[in-house]
Amino acid sequence: MKGKAWKFGDDISTDHIAPGRLFHLRSNLPEMAKHVLEDADPQFASKMSKGDFVVAGNNFGLGSSREHAPTIIKLAGVNAVLAKSFARIFFRNAINIGLLLVECDTDKINAGDELELDVKKGLVKNLTTGENIKITPLPDVMIKILDDGGLMAHIKKHGKFDLV
Amino acid sequence: MPQTIAEKIISAHGGRAVKAGEFVIADVDVTAVQDGTGPLTVAELKKAGFTKVVNPKRTILFIDHAAPSPRSELSNSQIVLRNFAKETGAILSEIGEGVCHQLLAEKYVNPGEILIGADSHTCTGGALGAFATGMGSTDVAIGMALGKTWLKVPETFKIAVNGKFKKGVGAKDLILHLIGLIGADGATYKSLEFHGDTVKNMNMADRFTLANMAVEAGAKAGLFETDETTRAYLKEHGRGDKFKLIQADEGAKYERVIEIDASKLEPVVSCPHTVDNVKPAAQLKNIKVDQIFIGTCTNGRIEDLRTAAKILKGKKVNAGTRTFITPASRDVMLAALKEGLIEIFVEGGASVQTPGCGPCVGVHGGILGDGEVCLSTQNRNFQGRMGNPKGNIYLCSPATAACSAVNGYISDPRDMK
Repeated sequence: MKGKAWKFGDDISTDHIAPGRLFHLRSNLPEMAKHVLEDADPQFASKMSKGDFVVAGNNFGLGSSREHAPTIIKLAGVNAVLAKSFARIFFRNAINIGLLLVECDTDKINAGDELELDVKKGLVKNLTTGENIKITPLPDVMIKILDDGGLMAHIKKHGKFDLV
Repeated sequence: MPQTIAEKIISAHGGRAVKAGEFVIADVDVTAVQDGTGPLTVAELKKAGFTKVVNPKRTILFIDHAAPSPRSELSNSQIVLRNFAKETGAILSEIGEGVCHQLLAEKYVNPGEILIGADSHTCTGGALGAFATGMGSTDVAIGMALGKTWLKVPETFKIAVNGKFKKGVGAKDLILHLIGLIGADGATYKSLEFHGDTVKNMNMADRFTLANMAVEAGAKAGLFETDETTRAYLKEHGRGDKFKLIQADEGAKYERVIEIDASKLEPVVSCPHTVDNVKPAAQLKNIKVDQIFIGTCTNGRIEDLRTAAKILKGKKVNAGTRTFITPASRDVMLAALKEGLIEIFVEGGASVQTPGCGPCVGVHGGILGDGEVCLSTQNRNFQGRMGNPKGNIYLCSPATAACSAVNGYISDPRDMK
């Protein structure tokens, strides 16, 4: 996976990603995706390219349980979200809907850097600076859900939870 | 091995004794969604071919976020929930009945149970000694379809609160203080367990306020031991037989113990745009307030309205400070009517709204204008939360909100005559 880094700060909330003023678009997620992260960076949705990365600081996705938040990030074509840490419900939701999250030291990434993500090797390669950044591995439970294509796909495949 | 409350409840639902850090498939007692998250839950279930829910009498679909609906798209999403209730026998909670977390407490969730709800403030139920936690639409869909969920047993922070609050200071000041202390991600993935004399002497309303905001420190749950106060609350709400003693074991392992002396706290306010940006109300007296909102799952209970009414009685809200008051449920509204509180509010120039989430979620009922300041008893002040990223939201207790409504500026309730 290769793409460009879009840099955000700490505490990017679900209101930044999928705000309440767009509540009526929850039944039309492709339309809502055109506004993804608009309140954190008004340029992002219109200027990003498919395959780019969202790169943030601590506590990305704090706030609401709205699954629409990770869903529109995925629908917009973002490859993965890289952050120093994620809020709990967002973390679960993203994996459930098949959006890849990467916990790593994002201070080593600047806005506009070209990144290559190698999940198997557990590395983010910053092609602009030449630096390799180590990824904190996901729990096995979440890798299983991601590998099956999300939680609903996991349940359909196994007929039950097959995680523990 | 001695266990925390979270370890105990999850063990009882997972078929084996578990400790923090373990993963477990657990039985779920109650599932809930609201009109913002539920339509996606229904869509996911239908897409996967699920036509039934395992426990319809304990599956509740709340219409509270856009209540009443301000737009046709939202009205159509609400029809999805109404139809799903008819198809499956799940319980529908209609417009006007109130905020999901208040109703879950009043009617549906009991000590020792596991509740998963597609709303982040589902943790409110922890005040009743239930492991109540917020998840997304798909997690709750699976909970509805299979009666199970997966959980990582959380590590626990023990929050030990002792001492008596000073006049004008209360549970909301305590929880804002705690979040200011540990940060908006200070307890990510953790369970908060509230202990100490202050907590033991608290009524249920205040315990709900504390549990409600556990998620604002990143926590998965905010848990309380049950006692005679819990028993009386359940009895009052027709569920006296559901009381169960829930206690942490002596010697349970806590990742962190935080001691707070309640007598040293003062009225505080969370400033824009994060809940952990906490300052004393006394330092914010030059901030003019355009809108006051008293209500929500955090502070829309009858006890909160009594506090506000006591301050507003015989007074008028400031001409430049529109004031909205929203009881958290129909029962709260009825009690406020019977006690004459609504009359005090309306005579004082405030307006009273339909029980529901109202302006807190930025959908309707009080969207801010550019540059405007709202002081609210809600739980969140993120940029854009109240429908406009150019609005500024401050969070406080019902007492601070009511005093500020009269003065038109952020006020310390201890200064009120």
